[in-house]
Amino acid sequence: MGVRPVAISVDTPEMSRDLCRKAGYTYTFLSDPKAEVIRRYDLLHPGAGASGQDIARPAEFLLDSSGVICWVNLTEDYRVRARPEQIIEAAKALK
Amino acid sequence: MNQRRWNWHLWVGFLVCLVGFASFPFFARFPFTRDVPWANFLLFAVGGVVSFLGLKRAFGQPQQYRGKIAGPILGTLSLLALGFFCFIVFYMTKQLPVSSGAPRVGQKAPEFVLPDTNSNPVSLASLLSGPRSNSQAPPKGVLLVFYRGYW
Repeated sequence: MGVRPVAISVDTPEMSRDLCRKAGYTYTFLSDPKAEVIRRYDLLHPGAGASGQDIARPAEFLLDSSGVICWVNLTEDYRVRARPEQIIEAAKALK
Repeated sequence: MNQRRWNWHLWVGFLVCLVGFASFPFFARFPFTRDVPWANFLLFAVGGVVSFLGLKRAFGQPQQYRGKIAGPILGTLSLLALGFFCFIVFYMTKQLPVSSGAPRVGQKAPEFVLPDTNSNPVSLASLLSGPRSNSQAPPKGVLLVFYRGYW
């Protein structure tokens, strides 16, 4: 598809590295332990971590090659995330 | 001598309800059974019917079957499990911030620099323009996936 997936959470680089090793993920994982970028994107879910940490709410953004957002999914239920076929459909519009 | 038979319906019904509750992490792995948790509700329904048959026996034929004490207790526990399950899937997981200030379609995604799994700083600009590992060409786009994480 030519789309680069990037996962972002409050997990530390070490935790994400363990996750990638266990699950076999090869795409980019970025760490935002202080939730600075998560705040900048207004995606902070305060106190929702297992012991009350501030974490990110689930959200997906598809950017074109110039960095402009062409598709967003802000779920209203964190059980329900974007499905791969939705993202593939949105990515078809990219040139 | 007490010849009343074991009322297995009550126990099997209770067990099926427990499986209906506890199997959600499994069914949540597949979008088909996650977005609407019908597989769990189906298990609760089967457990409920079997429990109901057990209760009917316990109270309708008390000379033949046991379970006048265990039945209502197990039935109540099953209902509590169903109630708690409904609370989780219809209320708890929907308690999300509105995120009205999140970037919208047509806007430029705010720039950032964050460490990757090797603690190397990575900028959004480099993700947009840098070559992908399996080809020299830059990507057609970038998919930012914010997730809750494992803390």
